[in-house]
Amino acid sequence: MSLALPRRIFGVETEYGITCSMENHRRLTPDELARYLFSDIVDEYRSNNVFLPNGGRLYLDVGSHPEYATAECDQLGDVLAQEKAGDEIVSQMARAAEAKLASEGIDGRVFVFKNNTDSSGNSYGCHENYLINRKLDYLQHLDGLLPFLVTRQLFCGAGKLLITSHGIVYVMSQRADHMWDAVSSATTRSRPMINTRDEPHANSDKYRRLHVISGDSNMSETAMLLKVATMDLVLAVMEAGAIPATLRVDNPMKAIRDVARDLSGQALVQLQDGRTLSAIETQRIYFDLVCANIGRFSWELSDLHKQALSLWGQIIEAFEDGDLSAFESVLDWRIKLQLLKAFQDEQGLALDSAKLAQVELMYHELSADRGIYNLLLAQGRIGSVIAKSAIETAIQTPPQTTRAKLRGDFLTAAKQTKTSIATDWMHLKVNLPVERSISLPDPFSSSDEHVQDLISQM
Amino acid sequence: MTEQNFEAAKSAPTNAEDAENAATTKASKQVIVPDISGLLDQIDAVLEKNSEEFVSGFVQKGGQ
Repeated sequence: MSLALPRRIFGVETEYGITCSMENHRRLTPDELARYLFSDIVDEYRSNNVFLPNGGRLYLDVGSHPEYATAECDQLGDVLAQEKAGDEIVSQMARAAEAKLASEGIDGRVFVFKNNTDSSGNSYGCHENYLINRKLDYLQHLDGLLPFLVTRQLFCGAGKLLITSHGIVYVMSQRADHMWDAVSSATTRSRPMINTRDEPHANSDKYRRLHVISGDSNMSETAMLLKVATMDLVLAVMEAGAIPATLRVDNPMKAIRDVARDLSGQALVQLQDGRTLSAIETQRIYFDLVCANIGRFSWELSDLHKQALSLWGQIIEAFEDGDLSAFESVLDWRIKLQLLKAFQDEQGLALDSAKLAQVELMYHELSADRGIYNLLLAQGRIGSVIAKSAIETAIQTPPQTTRAKLRGDFLTAAKQTKTSIATDWMHLKVNLPVERSISLPDPFSSSDEHVQDLISQM
Repeated sequence: MTEQNFEAAKSAPTNAEDAENAATTKASKQVIVPDISGLLDQIDAVLEKNSEEFVSGFVQKGGQ
């Protein structure tokens, strides 16, 4: 008998970089620019930290980063659409900021980067959240994820020109060199690959939230899909207790950096039991583990899980064969590498030229007319996974199969009726005429009669 | 530093059919072909003119 793959809640948080270029004014500081970016939000919500009708959260993070967290999703298609909706929302904020600046007589362009580093080496993240079973001996199992996490950049790295003591090199991952710990409860100070802060935003007797902060922000929808889908599958294997205790990395910080630097995927990862595996061999082991457990439990996969699994296998094979030509238009780090090489060859640029750095940066820019990724996508040079219409829908509409639907419906109703409300991930509250609050500890539940009742009274 | 730091580009055949297939996730093509110089010109047209100033001016404090 076939069983569905265990249902899981996942979501992605993205921090965006912002800058501007002015014709007739000094360049605004990130703080000033962020105020322009959020001015419509602040006008509407009296806050720069809000939940949106699509169930997601938009806020101004420390360091003047716009940050968008997708609503809780249990479908891969939803998490992709919600993440892309966030990109679109922040990009629209940038267009509105340009218009507002223009209305004040300031002509300039506002740029939003979905990347992970600025030009002086500051890093900001793309964090993935996965709900996992509380019953697990959590910390012990997490170490079994690290060999996978340090090597998955082979397919979900976003690529970067990295300044090293030996000069500039192109590496697979934006975040690899900013990871300073493997597993920890701090985020900014030690910046671990897995953050163990215990905030499930759900019934804490049943669930924990796995907070992965080592990932790159992706432009490629295929890379986004692979990142979340493979993690979901590996977590299912982990929860089945089927990751061998021998799969433990000796030095995860060294491994993630070494893997980033070897574009052939042959970098060696030292395991605690003395074995060394190449990055590709490591991915092969996790891929085979996933396949074996799909067989063992007869897990039935969604179409997107199947697509991701098949691509994952093909990519591993391509690395094994030393021929990635089939994935040149698929993986962020490959797309960007070709682009940089083309500029370098055609225009005779040095690797440390500002022009190449600019091209690299603009690959991640979100505007339709200036962002290079978007330009390549519009020309059909890059494939897409999610329909444009699904992304447009996700700007206004929450995922329909999780708690996000309740939050989204509540927020939409409040907006229409101009009702004073407050929300967080787990609570919905009406402020007036009588304060009334509802707790929603089950993120898997998309229906609740109390919420319907609350909405009907608006 | 020279281009040796980049991997050697692999030459993949391209034709009209390839361009069509590019809309699928398994597209087996290079992104920058066909018409490399046309594409680079298009990109150049939308880049800010002062690369140095643009890049060095993008400084964002760390987040999380």
